[in-house]
Amino acid sequence: MTDFDEWETVVGLEVHTELKTVTKMFCGCENIFGAEANTHVCPVCLGLPGSLPVLNVRAVELAIAIGLALNSTVSPSTFHRKNYFYPDMPKDYQISQYDQPINVGGYLDLPDGSRVTIERAHLEEDTGKSTHLGGGGRIHGADRSLVDYNRSGVPLVEIVSGPDMRSAAQARSYVSELRAILVAVGASDGRMEEGSLRIDANVSVRRRGESFGTRCEIKNLNSLRSLGRAIEYEARRQIDLIKSGARVRQETRHWDEGLAVTATMRSKEEAEDYRYFREPDLVDLVPGDSWRDAVAGSLAPLPAQRRETLATRLSDPTAAQLDAVVVVVDLGFDGFVSAALDAGVGVALALARAANELAKDPDRARKLATSSFVSVLALEEGGQLSSTQAKAVLAELLETGGDPAAIVRAKGFEQLSDDAVEEVVAAAINDHPNEWARYAAGDDKLAQFFVGEVMKRSRGRANGKAVIAELASRR
Amino acid sequence: MTSAAATARAVREGSVSALSVVEEALARVGQRNDQLNVFLHVDRPGALAAARRVDEAVARGEDPGPLAGVPLALKDNLCQTGVPTTAGSKILAQWRPPYSATVVERVVAAGAIVIGKTNLDEFAMGSSTENSAFGPTRNPLDPTRVPGGSSGGSAAAVAAGMVPISLGSDTGGSIRQPAALCGVVGVKPTYGSVSRYGLIAFASSLDQIGPLATNVTDAALLLEVIAGHDPRDSTSLPEGSPALMAHLDDGVAGVRVARVRELIEGADDDVVAAVDAAAAALRDGGAIVDDVSIPELRLGLSAYYLIAPAEASSNLARYDGVRYGLRVSGDDVGAMYEATRSAGFGAEVKRRIMLGTYALSAGYYDAYYGQALKVRTEMIGAFRRAYARADVLLGATAPSVAFALGARAQTPLAMYLSDVFTIPTNLAGDAAVSIPFGVGEGGMPVGVQLLGPGRSEAGLLAAGRVLERARGDS
Repeated sequence: MTDFDEWETVVGLEVHTELKTVTKMFCGCENIFGAEANTHVCPVCLGLPGSLPVLNVRAVELAIAIGLALNSTVSPSTFHRKNYFYPDMPKDYQISQYDQPINVGGYLDLPDGSRVTIERAHLEEDTGKSTHLGGGGRIHGADRSLVDYNRSGVPLVEIVSGPDMRSAAQARSYVSELRAILVAVGASDGRMEEGSLRIDANVSVRRRGESFGTRCEIKNLNSLRSLGRAIEYEARRQIDLIKSGARVRQETRHWDEGLAVTATMRSKEEAEDYRYFREPDLVDLVPGDSWRDAVAGSLAPLPAQRRETLATRLSDPTAAQLDAVVVVVDLGFDGFVSAALDAGVGVALALARAANELAKDPDRARKLATSSFVSVLALEEGGQLSSTQAKAVLAELLETGGDPAAIVRAKGFEQLSDDAVEEVVAAAINDHPNEWARYAAGDDKLAQFFVGEVMKRSRGRANGKAVIAELASRR
Repeated sequence: MTSAAATARAVREGSVSALSVVEEALARVGQRNDQLNVFLHVDRPGALAAARRVDEAVARGEDPGPLAGVPLALKDNLCQTGVPTTAGSKILAQWRPPYSATVVERVVAAGAIVIGKTNLDEFAMGSSTENSAFGPTRNPLDPTRVPGGSSGGSAAAVAAGMVPISLGSDTGGSIRQPAALCGVVGVKPTYGSVSRYGLIAFASSLDQIGPLATNVTDAALLLEVIAGHDPRDSTSLPEGSPALMAHLDDGVAGVRVARVRELIEGADDDVVAAVDAAAAALRDGGAIVDDVSIPELRLGLSAYYLIAPAEASSNLARYDGVRYGLRVSGDDVGAMYEATRSAGFGAEVKRRIMLGTYALSAGYYDAYYGQALKVRTEMIGAFRRAYARADVLLGATAPSVAFALGARAQTPLAMYLSDVFTIPTNLAGDAAVSIPFGVGEGGMPVGVQLLGPGRSEAGLLAAGRVLERARGDS
């Protein structure tokens, strides 16, 4: 019996998503990633003396959209100040929501059928971004610290789950599904590598059947991979601690990606007293029914519904195909697949190319014209492109864009004309009289031999079906 | 001195140049500022240039606005682009804001000429202007006495005849109390009626900018210019600027006035006598005057000294040496914070930051801050009940006339009591004005306070006019 038969991991996640608004949460500065440092700042997001916040209505709409997608109750809410000192926080307090969040309760159903409860999803502002020079990249021991306030005041929604997940894999599935939902409702671009989704994981372990153990919070997990590894490491660490007779201390831990370990940041005793109180510079946020209904009416279909839609087009789906449906919808490629199906491409092919080829470079794939994807698959379906060729054309399309027909030509994938096929087949027969004799005598297996020969001679430019037809006509 | 209204009229007509008005004001500032320490910064070039622009506009036949050519002083917690703005603190000694407060934009757009920035208690925390990092301001009527505070500089600038109007801020009485001690008119407008954008925050839920002036008409004129919705302040009321000038001579016939016991008790005899005289004057004007007791008001001071410091402890966190203002180096970021804030803040500011931090701390929140919020709610209810039976409440503005410099500087509690009559209005978010009425100890002026519900400024100013007339002025 392994430890994980005896022990159970318990995970709750706090996911922070940057909202894809044009401007920041409380000022008119552009909400943009990757600009030159401190070029999108103003008195408000720099917290200059005398400046005041004004709530961005679009941020509220996106928060409501998230709440609706997570089956939350959109509620009258208030803003609080969370007070603590940090150089990348210009006011030395963060405007957040505390005891009256905009979205209360809810749940998220995962593709495997499990349900994770949502405790709340509230609005808050992001901080600036610090870069610490020297001292191992942490503020303590750094020689100098530089702060970029472009991110200061970017709207965030923090989505807090219940302690409902029981494995690293389930936690990853939750984040994938949540990410797809956030993208679907237009709240987020889902770019974890740019920090638009940041995760804190609360992890504890218990022997099966026992009550919850002491949890540790692991901060700032910025990829699905880190999330999974950190949870697995932390669960292992806690199990080993308990088995050795020690106790888990409640604390905040930091995931070190390089060392692949979690390490203590601060203990519960060192936890900050944030001195929350109502933000007097903002008024209550009470979204009325009509506003909520308007947001609900404009919600795009959610991933679960889109999986359903795609799955109904599979007559007798295999498990692998259903997995591909999850991947395709998760990446937002279901539009590609549906368009290919509409154009007569087989469902297996369309799913495979979307889930495998497009998924290799999702960012570029999102910029790909649906018609380009469909025309490559149609060529493959019609036999004018081999699967290898089709994959190469798709890769080239993602890499450089452009016109599929031009790429097919440039790669020399244009197929031989019927006359040329006749010529090459004739030459192959001429060079292999014995094989031809056997084929002519009825040994169909030899057809593949001749197709291979023709492909070799034409450097893959022959249509296999046309070759077989030509062979048959000469039999 | 010439009133703001008369100056603006003359400048708009072209009979007087804004330049000459401003030069005279600058000359008066030059004569007395060294003695009184009213202005922390005088923007001579800026004022002269602005005056020329007003005169050019008049020459072109344009109307420069209702405050055309009127010299005006700004309390130095109001941001003005490029002009040093210190909030009376060393921590901001070198800071020049890159933007102007909404009220500054509005007075400039109305043709007023900003002469400079006036002294105040550091971050508006105080009642005597002795807590300024840049030395105390003296009372122009008796330089051995304080001008009150925290808008002591703005009150003194008007009382000294340097400018006819000024802007202050009132968190617990910081416009009305110095107005009373300097013998000028001061208005604490309804919370939300004047934008706080660009006012360096002390206690955000209580702070309100308002006018100080030699007379009620000028105060009304200035308030009309600065009031009205501002989309940059979320707590700004949706309404536009109220019509005040049109109602100045409405009188008080039939107005129900209630003299409030809790707004008089503990005041010096000369102050009580002035309130009595004001009651009589209002009665003579046709008002129905009664006496009432609102016991909840006694709780105001203690609630205020939890709520205001709590908000201040958060508002003042940003002065950390990272981005602007003073920075004192330390071995690490925590040491830098500590060194900067230790050197940059004065004793009273530190005291209130500590009080407020304590009041909000886990384990103490319910007993202190939470309790104070309940008291505030009680007070709002008490005022609402009072205003169901009275249109205007009458009381003293401050318990005494201006006191001697240093007399209360070492006893914070005695100093806090200076605001006992003004604080309840801030907690309720209502409006109140202080009108000079009578003379007290040492020939110093006494201020009486007229209080009303939210948006009652027009009625309060009309009642103030009645007192002004009864006093024998215009």
